[in-house]
Amino acid sequence: MEVGQMQRQWVDYTKSLFLEGFLDGQFLQLQQLQDESNPDFVVEVVSLFFEDSEKLLNDLTRALEQPTVDFKRVDAHVHQFKGSSSSIGAQRVKNACIAFRNFCEEKNTEGCVRCVQQVKHEYYLVKSKLETLFALEQQIMAAGGSIPMLELNF
Amino acid sequence: MESSSSSSKGFMANVEQPHVLAVDDSLVDRKLIEKLLTNLSCKVTTAENGASALEFLGLGDQHNSLESNVSNSKVNLVITDYCMPGMTGYELLKKIKESSIMKEVPVVIMSSENVPTRINKCLEEGAQMFMLKPLKQSDMKKLRYHLMNCSS
Repeated sequence: MEVGQMQRQWVDYTKSLFLEGFLDGQFLQLQQLQDESNPDFVVEVVSLFFEDSEKLLNDLTRALEQPTVDFKRVDAHVHQFKGSSSSIGAQRVKNACIAFRNFCEEKNTEGCVRCVQQVKHEYYLVKSKLETLFALEQQIMAAGGSIPMLELNF
Repeated sequence: MESSSSSSKGFMANVEQPHVLAVDDSLVDRKLIEKLLTNLSCKVTTAENGASALEFLGLGDQHNSLESNVSNSKVNLVITDYCMPGMTGYELLKKIKESSIMKEVPVVIMSSENVPTRINKCLEEGAQMFMLKPLKQSDMKKLRYHLMNCSS
């Protein structure tokens, strides 16, 4: 595949991520912050998010497996997850966290267990999408091309 | 936003490269804030909790009132998250405003939650500004503008 084609594919794929709600405007902020002094900024921040998230999901799962669930602790983890997903623009993960907090407030264990599944599902989805996007970027750059500037007028 | 009751002039007014201390327990957010501020020509030091922030400012347990900053690199602004385990951003704000050496340093509080009582509490305690997360470039520009033009 030649560079122009890959670049168009990148644009289409990125647009679809926004249209399908996986990403929101905050992700654009990250892309706009990337520059020559920090050409891997987006990948770096998102990688930190992935590391952080794996840990949070483990903590959440374990907290909900306790004989007596500490809902304050669960809520604290969800709050953190909501924050980090919001900061990188992972909209669906953020929204899943918002719903999750309601169940924490109600001290509803069943609801919380369902929410962990939902959050995990959304997280792994967006992770896979972003990894695909980054792989495309690598291909473009390996072929000597550059990542297009996004114009969001759709 | 109300200006602080202290007589601190715009923190960017005469400073080429303002030194900002950014405090946040989230690794992702620390990275984001650092980049946002670096893009505005600030020198950035990050801390992951209130205790290490206080240490850095010379207000820690080994409090030495003879030296203002342990690092010898004067801090022009502190920006801190509100919700942190251990010491909250509000508690950090209080400690800074209660200190004799650091009370003139502007402190900005950030939070992902828009809670009016929380915002007012922070402003009353002397916070320069309150910012809602997630942070964007436009927020940082506003911050810079506000602090450049803030006077007693």
